[in-house]
Amino acid sequence: MSDPRPAQTVAARREGSHHTSMFLRMLVRAAVLRRGRAASALLAMMVAAAVTTAMLNLYVDAQAKLRKEFRSYGANVVVVGNDGTSLPADAVSKIEALVGGRGLAVPFAYLVARTANGQSVVVAGTDFERLQKLDRWWSVSAWPGGTGQALVGRRALPVVSEGGKPFDLLFQGRAIHLAPTGTLQTGAAEDSRVYLPMSDFVAWSRVQPSTVEIAVNGSPEQINAIIGQLADALPTADVHPVRQIVEGEARVLGKTRATLYATAVLIILTAALCVLATLTGWVFDRRRDFAIMKALGASERLVGSFFAAEAAALGAVGALLGFVIGIGIAAWIGRVNFNASVLPRLSVLPFVVAGSMAVALLSAIVPMSLLRRVQPAIILKGE
Amino acid sequence: MFARLLYESFRRQKRRKLLAGVAITLGVAVATAMIAVATDIGDKINRELRTYGANLLVTPQEDTLDVEIGGVNLKPPSDGSFLSESDLPKIKGTFWRHNILGFSPMLPVTVSLGEGSGARSATLVGTYFAKRVAFGKDEFTTGVRTTHLWWKVRGAWPADDSAEVLVGEHLAAKLGEQPGGAVLVGGESHRVAGIVSTGGAEDDQIVAPLSVAQQIMGRPGAVRRIFVSALTKPEDALARRDPKSMNPELFDRWYCSPYVQSIAYQLQEAIPHSHAEQIRQVAQNEGTVLSRIKGLMLLVTLAALFASALAVSAAMATAIFERRREVGLMKALGGGNLAVAALFFAESALLAIFGGTTGFIAGSILAHRIGRSIFASQITIQPVLFPVILAIAVIVTFAGSAAAIRRAVQFDPVFALRGDA
Repeated sequence: MSDPRPAQTVAARREGSHHTSMFLRMLVRAAVLRRGRAASALLAMMVAAAVTTAMLNLYVDAQAKLRKEFRSYGANVVVVGNDGTSLPADAVSKIEALVGGRGLAVPFAYLVARTANGQSVVVAGTDFERLQKLDRWWSVSAWPGGTGQALVGRRALPVVSEGGKPFDLLFQGRAIHLAPTGTLQTGAAEDSRVYLPMSDFVAWSRVQPSTVEIAVNGSPEQINAIIGQLADALPTADVHPVRQIVEGEARVLGKTRATLYATAVLIILTAALCVLATLTGWVFDRRRDFAIMKALGASERLVGSFFAAEAAALGAVGALLGFVIGIGIAAWIGRVNFNASVLPRLSVLPFVVAGSMAVALLSAIVPMSLLRRVQPAIILKGE
Repeated sequence: MFARLLYESFRRQKRRKLLAGVAITLGVAVATAMIAVATDIGDKINRELRTYGANLLVTPQEDTLDVEIGGVNLKPPSDGSFLSESDLPKIKGTFWRHNILGFSPMLPVTVSLGEGSGARSATLVGTYFAKRVAFGKDEFTTGVRTTHLWWKVRGAWPADDSAEVLVGEHLAAKLGEQPGGAVLVGGESHRVAGIVSTGGAEDDQIVAPLSVAQQIMGRPGAVRRIFVSALTKPEDALARRDPKSMNPELFDRWYCSPYVQSIAYQLQEAIPHSHAEQIRQVAQNEGTVLSRIKGLMLLVTLAALFASALAVSAAMATAIFERRREVGLMKALGGGNLAVAALFFAESALLAIFGGTTGFIAGSILAHRIGRSIFASQITIQPVLFPVILAIAVIVTFAGSAAAIRRAVQFDPVFALRGDA
């Protein structure tokens, strides 16, 4: 009686540990001995998980990527001084602070000047550096770089300048001498205008910016929130969305999203069903294992949990491998189509793993419930 | 014997054949639906992009400079030249008439509102709302309700032959106008049919039927500019070339492609003394957005095709792997490798053809449903797609089976029959 521990507990412990390791060994051996079949089931699982991951990633990310593309349409929010009056001097910096890194704000000031021969022409002051980024569709022969340089609309050019020579403009008796550096073509009102750097414009006319065009990146809710904040910060100004741009974007994006959603559902469903078909065949084909286990005295629960654990393990491993491949596919699509990487979203992982395991379990349960009704002897006899 | 083996194999192993068949059917259905959607999405999104409004602007050739800030015209109203309203239906007579979804003429006039000390000046724009226009035997409806889809009206749209007007949202707030009220324009009272909100210059203007503006201006039949909304093809190198520098053959190709430039050229031909130009903000950007969305769908389709091919392959491989004992038996009875492989390939081909056909039908229905529910229009499926899809199905099934068949055939029949696989 040197052993202080009672014999019964040792036996119980041994039995327990043996039980667990046997269970694990069966799981591993089943996979190793039937490499080919386990591999084909795993492949199906992996493909399904990869496609699911890629589609979920794209579905979340493509919207943000497309929104960015839509920003090439230019401003979607406009701030105008009430009744055409100038905006407060700090308006631009206030707007910048509010919009921050989520958008681009470009100030504009307008007036009607007279040319040397008395024709009226609209002159606008702006920030060319930002304007280039905001209105990328403008067709400009050369962007002006310094003071005294002007960007002249295609239709305004013959009116203000003869043969592209420098010209004078008059406003309230004050003149400014400008060189037409580039010509501008947009097909809209801009073609009839002359654009100057804001500093030149203010020094010449003493007219302050009256309009700020803002391109805000984000969902309609985010844009509305920014519009609300801007309206609070600038009580003397009128802040409104550019409906043409906002509604067009919402509509096109909505349809694209719906299509992508439909395809994602389709693809994921197919992948799941194919996994179901493959795994069901796999489990069904192992009815001899099932029969032997039962013949050796395993309980229904043990055999059931064995097959379930096998399926769950397969699902989890397939999901993890598939997740990595799927991230790769999504990144490739992002690179090829948007020239930008699609960020891997780890938030997708739990869904993919849980989904894969659920499908795998489901494909184990169906053949199991069929087999349960059959006597092991009949299966072993080979009928 | 071969045919009987084939027949019996299908008759006796219904479950296995069904599983493999279902996998092929599903794969093919998804492939068909995806290809149909991806080939048609360009056209569908192009139509949706028309919500951005007109992409072409027609102005008089000898037009004077616009002097306009924030939608307020500072130019004497009678200044400059005009287009003729009677030329408008000719737009529907151009080569690409089916691509022209609508057009809206515009005639801005400066008017005085109210009377006495409360009078103020504003711009009144005459246009079509939903006007019925006839060209030859064709009748069509066009106006801002087709081209300017983002305009929202509280109240009702005026009829094109009435003297009713829409008042811009901001202007209405200043004047205290409500739908159903009346506004005094140039001393004449007009019923306010509705309040219009556009988020643009029109919010401070009055929008009226074209005839009202012409009457105020005293120029019947005059139009200042025309906004045209057309379905176009994204610009490429050919589109940007100057038509004058092309040889006749190239010019024909350019003329017969729905580029925004060639449609502009045709509009200029149709309307005398006009200058037509693309509105770059709309025309240039729709190409980029369209190509991005098309590219996205194409790549997703590729991924889907790849996935369904792998899924079908996996299903086939499993189906054949399960039948090693059968292979062993056939070989033990003297079947050659070739004969056994031929049997399996024939089975695969049959499965692929059946599964491919049902899959194609299911996929067509699916694509049709998607088109209906998302774009509210038909997605056309090219009949050419059917043989292509079937060929792909057979190839993929063969490819999926090949490795499994090879392994099954190479297996020693003794081991296979003993069950030591």
